[in-house]
Amino acid sequence: MQLTEKHREYWRRNLRLTGFLLSVWFLLTFAVIYFARELSALTFMGFPLPFYMGAQGALIVYVMIIWYYAHRMNKLDQEYGVAEEDR
Amino acid sequence: MSRAFVQRLQKYYSFYTGGLVLFILALAVAEYMGMPERWIGWVFMASTVLLYAGIGVVTRTVDVVEYYVAGRRVPAVFNGMATGADWMSAASFIGMAGALYHKGYDGLAFIMGWTGGYVLVALLLAPYLRKFGQFTIPDFMGARYGGHTARTLAAIGAILASFTYVTAQIYGVGIITSRFLDVSFETGVFIGLGGILFCSFLGGMRAITWTQVAQYIVLIIAYLMPVVFLSYKVTSNPIPQLVYGSVLQKVTERENEIMADPAQATARAAYARRAQSIEEQIAKLTSSGEGASNELIRLRNAKALAEEHARPLTHHAEPFPGPDPDRERLNFLALTFCLMVGTAALPHVLTRYYTTPSVREARNSVFWSIFFISLLYFTAPAYAVFAKYEVYTNLIGSSISELPSWVASWSKVGLVRVEDINHDGILQLAELTLNPDVIVLATPEIAGLPFVVTGLVAAGGLASALSTADGLLLTIANALSHDIYFKMIEPSASTGRRLMVSKILLLLAALVAAYVASTKPDTILSMVAWAFSIAGACFFPALVLGIFWKRANMQGAVAGMIVGLGLTLYYLIGVKFFGMAQWYGISDVSAGIFGIPAGFATIMLVSLLTPAPDRKTQNMVESVRYPSLKL
Repeated sequence: MQLTEKHREYWRRNLRLTGFLLSVWFLLTFAVIYFARELSALTFMGFPLPFYMGAQGALIVYVMIIWYYAHRMNKLDQEYGVAEEDR
Repeated sequence: MSRAFVQRLQKYYSFYTGGLVLFILALAVAEYMGMPERWIGWVFMASTVLLYAGIGVVTRTVDVVEYYVAGRRVPAVFNGMATGADWMSAASFIGMAGALYHKGYDGLAFIMGWTGGYVLVALLLAPYLRKFGQFTIPDFMGARYGGHTARTLAAIGAILASFTYVTAQIYGVGIITSRFLDVSFETGVFIGLGGILFCSFLGGMRAITWTQVAQYIVLIIAYLMPVVFLSYKVTSNPIPQLVYGSVLQKVTERENEIMADPAQATARAAYARRAQSIEEQIAKLTSSGEGASNELIRLRNAKALAEEHARPLTHHAEPFPGPDPDRERLNFLALTFCLMVGTAALPHVLTRYYTTPSVREARNSVFWSIFFISLLYFTAPAYAVFAKYEVYTNLIGSSISELPSWVASWSKVGLVRVEDINHDGILQLAELTLNPDVIVLATPEIAGLPFVVTGLVAAGGLASALSTADGLLLTIANALSHDIYFKMIEPSASTGRRLMVSKILLLLAALVAAYVASTKPDTILSMVAWAFSIAGACFFPALVLGIFWKRANMQGAVAGMIVGLGLTLYYLIGVKFFGMAQWYGISDVSAGIFGIPAGFATIMLVSLLTPAPDRKTQNMVESVRYPSLKL
């Protein structure tokens, strides 16, 4: 199977999107945990910020990351003509 | 995918949900009219288990694609619900809120770990596995890396991780049925086993999928209902997730009062003295040479318990409150990481994404999975905070002779213990022992709800354990029947024979797991958390590099799986059973923090030192990356 330049570009854009979303995931999870003691002074919706992030904030971000990825990639498939034909 | 099919599904499950609500209301009326509690428990258990079995019978199948991957026509939303039920086990349903109650902030590693893993599933695995489109995870390893070695290793890893997990589920089923039906634990295990087998035995993945959707609906209603009522009772706002921040502040104030209370200090001091005197007894026993007697073990446990009661109170929301915060932080980070990677590598979850009709639906389906899973995980920390509020304000500081009735009823089954160690007739926090399981199970009573809600919670716990056990047993049976029997031993077997072998193996796996569970093995239960490190270290590096790095080859993958799995097992068995010194203070549960990177590094190094994979394999990798590309 010979890949076209268009195929390669599709894959590069996929990798960029994946990398970007993974770094958001990484920062909002692990950086917040790492600095949890320092961030405890801040409050959000009545919660100390790190507690809020662990109990709710991170989950909301995960749901949004996964939604955005599905949305973008499904569109990218169309744009680059690599979507599977509907069955 | 036909629209009519989706509409029919929506209709069925809407009717089902409506029927479930009516059924709960009918039972509530029956209770009001005087139906005994024991009967309500039985009716709840029997009717839900019969319902699951009924779905199993209706969706029975003899078609291979239906049996292994539900015909690949499960719409994204329904696959999301099925994944939710598949994923959330008895530990999530009953244990997690209790763990959060006891650990406070430090327990949130489970919340983030078990949801954040789905980001990895969505971005790195699900769409590609769906495009690959076979039946099992070892299938992917076999096709990508060629030869039987990679497939065999993957099958072994899948069985290892799934078996420890399924044993714990069946154990959970035994606990729930024996507690609510007044039967012996062993009978409970085998009743539950019947429910599990009825469903998966006849219809494989197809039956499991549609039962899991039904089970998800039961378990989410059961989980939300008590805490919604409790939230309304405490704050007059029925949405617990929104308001528990203010309740948490009240808990913090109460914690300050308790910390300053001299009676709490005397109780703690009494426990410290008890620990001291037990220590002296132990010293006497060891010097007289009775090294490993049962008495000694009993004393050590009693000492640990007394020390726990003597420990100072810490704030619920404070991160890493112990004496060594840096080490606690490191363990928190490591545990979160291992749970996430493990989530993204557990075979029974990944196979669910083979069942969607297309790559597009697979991506959407991960979204629906995390959405439905988050509904419960969003609520668990609220459960913990509301329960803590009730205990700290209405229980602590009240007279021991006038405790609320739920304390007495749960003391009877040994899940709550009260001891007036400083003899002042008042209950101090240090004098109360709560088993973690009691938080979810007792919340209906704490909130003053009728028994029917307790029955519903038990049915929800049962649904969560049964649904997870179904998925795991099928994974084990498929690894044996599809990957080992069909692909390696007898590739010419007819479809009828393949299904028969699979069903027999399913039955055997279920019986062995039930037998192991009925012996109540302590070690197996503590090994459940290991399943994540084991699965993560064995599968994750080989799966991800297999998709994203064409240069990864068979030698690399085999070496990587052996090193990753080997290092993980070496560390956790060494630390847990042979007193090996911890590396950087990491506890055995997070062994994957060493095994996972080692797996990645080994695959890369060995692949680069050996020849690149052939053109055919590279074509396969390319075909996985583009939804439309055909091999």
